[in-house]
Amino acid sequence: MSLLTLIFILLFYAAIAIMLVGLVYKIRLYAFTPTPLRIPTTPAPTTRSGVIVRLFFEVFLFNSLFKANKWTWLFGWLFHAALLVVLLRHLRYFTDPVWGWVSFVQPYGKYGAFIMLFGLCGLWARRFLVDRVRYVSSPSDHLMLALLIGIGLTGMGIKFVTGTDIVAIKAFFLGLIYFDWQPLPADWLLGIHLVLVVLLMIIFPFSKLLHAPGLFFSPTRNQIDNPREKRHSSNASATPAGRNW
Amino acid sequence: MIDFETPVLKEYPIIPLIQPGAMADSKPYVAKQDLQEKIGFPGELIDDWQDVAIKKMGELVGKSRALLVFLDSCVKCGACTDKCHYFLGTADPVNMPVARQDLFRDVYRRYYTFAGRYFPKLVGAREFDREMLDLWYSYFHQCSQCRRCSVYCPFGIDTAEISMAAREIMDTIGVGQKYCNEIIGKAQTIGNNLGLPKPALKDTLEGLEEDIEDETGVKVRLPLDQKNADILLVTPSADFFAEPQVDGLIGYAKVFHAAGLNWTLSSHASEAANFGMFIGSYENMQKISMRIRDAAQELGVKRIVFGECGHAWRVAYSFMNTLAGPFDFLDQNYPIPQHICEVTHDLIQRNALTLDKSANDDRVLTFHDSCNISRGSRMGNIPGGQFVIPREIIKATCNHFYDMADDTIKEATFCCGGGGGLLADDLIELRVKGALPRMEALKQVVENHGVTHMVAICAICKSQFSRVLPYYGFDMDQVISLHQLVGNAIVLGDSEQNTLSANSDVKT
Repeated sequence: MSLLTLIFILLFYAAIAIMLVGLVYKIRLYAFTPTPLRIPTTPAPTTRSGVIVRLFFEVFLFNSLFKANKWTWLFGWLFHAALLVVLLRHLRYFTDPVWGWVSFVQPYGKYGAFIMLFGLCGLWARRFLVDRVRYVSSPSDHLMLALLIGIGLTGMGIKFVTGTDIVAIKAFFLGLIYFDWQPLPADWLLGIHLVLVVLLMIIFPFSKLLHAPGLFFSPTRNQIDNPREKRHSSNASATPAGRNW
Repeated sequence: MIDFETPVLKEYPIIPLIQPGAMADSKPYVAKQDLQEKIGFPGELIDDWQDVAIKKMGELVGKSRALLVFLDSCVKCGACTDKCHYFLGTADPVNMPVARQDLFRDVYRRYYTFAGRYFPKLVGAREFDREMLDLWYSYFHQCSQCRRCSVYCPFGIDTAEISMAAREIMDTIGVGQKYCNEIIGKAQTIGNNLGLPKPALKDTLEGLEEDIEDETGVKVRLPLDQKNADILLVTPSADFFAEPQVDGLIGYAKVFHAAGLNWTLSSHASEAANFGMFIGSYENMQKISMRIRDAAQELGVKRIVFGECGHAWRVAYSFMNTLAGPFDFLDQNYPIPQHICEVTHDLIQRNALTLDKSANDDRVLTFHDSCNISRGSRMGNIPGGQFVIPREIIKATCNHFYDMADDTIKEATFCCGGGGGLLADDLIELRVKGALPRMEALKQVVENHGVTHMVAICAICKSQFSRVLPYYGFDMDQVISLHQLVGNAIVLGDSEQNTLSANSDVKT
């Protein structure tokens, strides 16, 4: 096994471990941190099923962002939707045989890449062109976009320009999963692509990428508006101190 | 008077270009030692303030999922940047909700996250030093906790939660705001924000009874501390004194009278407002809420009804059950607590009130949705009832009503500019500038529909507008209480009949 392959095997295991452990830690922390008071942004649903509908619209359609700013919504939604399609397309590297619905989605992933880049460029342009967004952007906000664009561009370079041995890549990733390690094709564009992906996975639990799990735990969005009907109490301080009833 | 320029009202709203530092000098007076200590905070900036503040920050984030998630989740997308009335009115970029949050977030990241500890420059993490504390004091007192930003944030990040936490941290190290903390002290010792003792309150109410009788010839009572009344009315203390609030109180009294309801005010809980929320202090908020519970038990009432007040209704509706509940000693057939608008609306629905709309024919009206009622509470049984019920009452009591522009009402409503504990004279520049978006929307309906008066259901909104309307060329009396309209329109029959109609009081 080449040194290159060995390095990538270790990188991927490390990245997966950091991302999983980090996310599980964060999500547990979110789940077990108390919510002292009822604070849904009203008007809010008065039932559990209503909250599920509200979150559905937020997660899949970015409802609040749509209300806020149509350009940001357009770029942001296109980027996320396209990223999803591209990620689904990549599932073919991890299952054998390839699931039927993945084969169906797979060809659209190619176009998804262009849309993803369009969305990312739009979002980045806002960071330069809109004075308010420029003011609140820190270096990490720019680097995050650069990283995602880098991943998109290298991926598209492999697909549309240089080409690579995708059978060998699939063998490499299946090998990772089943601990039956296979060589990674020595392709520099592929190498950059994978390094950037590893980087993204590692910074996920330490960065603003936590907005993904965060949305599901946001009390202003996931709480039911029924404080009069049902007494909300989530921690000890909900019982008035020194009083017994 | 502080010297500043009142913004010019434009034909249509324009998002200003940022002007860094525009409001850097805006700071409320700091609370003196006695005020601080009275409500359980150090009297002045303590020696190890940095360590204590950072520790307090960790403690607060550790017990609030909202803070934890909000601090992690912001992606700096900019959706909120043009949503705050203080930003729109001042152009100071730190008044953009995300930038205000970042004052807190950057410190949190510096001390509590991996990225901030090891790569502070990269993620914009900052030390909690004297300069930062000054920024906090200035800009967390430029947030009225109206939650407008939280409507538009794709993750529901609510700057109000963050500014409440920041104020609590500052209080903990001895840097409190005079206006809020003085009021909290009064509410906890005397029972109301104005510091009005029982004899004065009694006198005032008797005076109002005489006024009503002089005007209508009907004896309408405003009972105080009447045991075994059915309803305890808890209303902001401004209702006892200030214009136009007091006309609202007269309106509630007329509604109760006309419906034959047996009600009382309490001298122990003579305040609906709960400034404990503004400083993020659970303990202080709870103490003020407990006075209401205690008064209700002491008087033996069956129901609690709240008067017109915005954040008071948020605390009452959303928090009181948690803070001072369970209220199992009250009549469970009624919502606990109930808003005066819900009571009046129910009575109107049941034809239990005789209303003469023409009594308000000299006015053309519009309605200002109060921020905390719109985005932090509800009225009635359906989501958004807080928008429907007041409007239905207005339409039942007058003939001329026009709403302001859609993006300035209901869930998108703008704060009056004086909420969140900022209704102090030392913040008048901020208050005037923060009212700009509402004033622009008002100007539009004044020009297009000949609107003469703006109806409000919040004591702070009413005081704030009375004060700032003249800066924009309006008259101070162009803001009125919703129950002033009701009080004008209500036809008071003789009291025999009214007692009979008590049966028509509805349960929801």
